[in-house]
Amino acid sequence: MIYLDLFLGFLKVGCFAFGGAYGAIPLIRDVVLSYGWLSDEMLTYMIAVSESTPGPIMVNLATYVGSSQAGLPGSAIATLAVVLPSFIIILLVMALLKTALKNRYVQAILRGLKPCIIGIILATGCFMIMNNCISITTGAALNGRALVISLILALVYFGSRKVLKKGLSPIMLIVISACLGMAMYGV
Amino acid sequence: MSVLLDLFLTFAKIGLFTFGGGYAMISMIENACVENKQWITHDDMMNVTVIAESTPGPIAINCATFVGYRQKGVAGALIATLGMVLPSFVIIYLISMFLDNFLEITLIANAFQGIKIAVGILILDAAITMIKKMHKKPVPRVIMLCSFAAMLLIDLFSWNFSSVSLMLVAAVVSLAIFLIQGAPPQKGGAAK
Repeated sequence: MIYLDLFLGFLKVGCFAFGGAYGAIPLIRDVVLSYGWLSDEMLTYMIAVSESTPGPIMVNLATYVGSSQAGLPGSAIATLAVVLPSFIIILLVMALLKTALKNRYVQAILRGLKPCIIGIILATGCFMIMNNCISITTGAALNGRALVISLILALVYFGSRKVLKKGLSPIMLIVISACLGMAMYGV
Repeated sequence: MSVLLDLFLTFAKIGLFTFGGGYAMISMIENACVENKQWITHDDMMNVTVIAESTPGPIAINCATFVGYRQKGVAGALIATLGMVLPSFVIIYLISMFLDNFLEITLIANAFQGIKIAVGILILDAAITMIKKMHKKPVPRVIMLCSFAAMLLIDLFSWNFSSVSLMLVAAVVSLAIFLIQGAPPQKGGAAK
């Protein structure tokens, strides 16, 4: 049943999404691809939309996937499921287990989880960029336009930090990338 | 104005006007809840940030639940969290109704060919920022590199091994190292 699948899928995301929005993206990708809810392409578009609209990115993605699969009830269920674990955990930590997070064994587990998540995020970013430029999943074919756009964006984004104080914001990068896409694929 | 309504409106405003998720929201929440409303102290805010980093889920939700609970118990936590989620829920639901038609326009589809590359770069940047803040010790570094390599292979060959399983393995390995070696020599933290 789709409602139950949506609930369980996003409950899993909510339970394991340490490290904020970008920590959740590999998990959401896992869940969404294994149920066949969205294509990799569509998920990437939605990450950009979530980054450009207000609110927590995880909530935005859950709402979108739920709505695309099962309308308004689906989006409500997916959003509830992604929020529920952190809501309950914070209540538990505050009401009952004020020292639970300082427990040595909990700390030992967290010490292993954090670097693992960083590795997973790094791999996901690298894979997405590689997949855009060489289309690994649909037979290895070099995509010259994507390669050029990647190089320009990386140069502009990381280079802007050397020139400007705070560098470009993610939304500005998305705007620039949209213009580049229109220019490069339009001709 | 009742406290519950105030909680709802304050967090709805934060949810409506903060772009870029988690960490961008912490400064907004600090501004609203510590400086304006004085619902929590600056120290509380530091604590909730640490708790949010050690617990799963959206950081903004963790903060809203924390502040709401402080003010009005479970009802307050519920209302604050609802206020945080509602604006983005409504916006994304509206977008989801017309995004497919929107993508059929050639110009928009071309724009998204560029945008999907930007998303990869943003994710890469998030990882690099986290690596810079990571403990420069051998064990976390090895775990980071191993999970990076494993995840890349899983993605490349579409292996049926989820990132959750990978995280569970890392947790078990880290716990085992702790049980064998004891806590790493560092001040504070576990020693308390």
